[in-house]
Amino acid sequence: MNEAVRGVVVCHGRLAAALIEAAEGITGVKGALAPVSNTDCDRGTLETRILEAVNGRPTVVFVDLASGSCLVATLARLRGRPDVKVVTGVNLPMLVDFVFNLEQTPDEAAERAVSAAFRAIKVP
Amino acid sequence: MPIALCRIDDRLIHGQVVLGWGRPLGIERIVLVNDEVAASPWEQELYRMAVPAEIELRFASIAAATSAVVAWGTEAARTMLLTGDIATMVALHAADGKALREVNLGGIHHRPGRRQRLPYLYLSDNERADLAILEARGAHVSAQDLPTAPAVPLRDIP
Repeated sequence: MNEAVRGVVVCHGRLAAALIEAAEGITGVKGALAPVSNTDCDRGTLETRILEAVNGRPTVVFVDLASGSCLVATLARLRGRPDVKVVTGVNLPMLVDFVFNLEQTPDEAAERAVSAAFRAIKVP
Repeated sequence: MPIALCRIDDRLIHGQVVLGWGRPLGIERIVLVNDEVAASPWEQELYRMAVPAEIELRFASIAAATSAVVAWGTEAARTMLLTGDIATMVALHAADGKALREVNLGGIHHRPGRRQRLPYLYLSDNERADLAILEARGAHVSAQDLPTAPAVPLRDIP
């Protein structure tokens, strides 16, 4: 069986840790997501933090913005890697869905996460 | 007109730059001077995504910028000159000190050898000395991450 996919959440400030705390609180699934913050570091240090969090495993990297330092640092080191997929615009619904579907390839998990995120955007 | 903002920010183009400064200053053009980005089409594409269509975005190597900076300082477009490090700004100031009268330290973050001077500003002793040289050559250097924050003149940066 293939190794389960993991999620790394890369955000400004404390957002990644807060999203993961909320996702774990809702689902009870712990250890599937790892936070990375861009606080107090230059790009080189941020790249190192992201690489350490991915740690060579099949991963979906969830980034907050579709531009900016978090995305640039992520793509600078992981772009083109077949075992890593990057998704921007991270939100809580996509993380909640993701942790219940870890037996997927990063490609499949990324597609599913985007779909879950869109489905959760409504004007009730 | 003189360049509207000369900013050193190691995160290059991001929200503080485009929105925080770009909107209140009415920036019409951003010139990013960085050898690595100037040679990297995919990074340029990423940075373009962060900039509204009404703002022109140019990428220049340090060598190209030192030749062009005099012209940028005379053109009508309200221009932000952006570098990722102090050495690049020093080189540009040497090319045209008139256009680069004010130098804004917007975000220089932690790396080994630097120590924290302000929440968003980490400098090695050599970098601090380079800034003093820049000011001695006629530039006014201050730290200010956003226009709504107080500017901290170089003399008050420990």
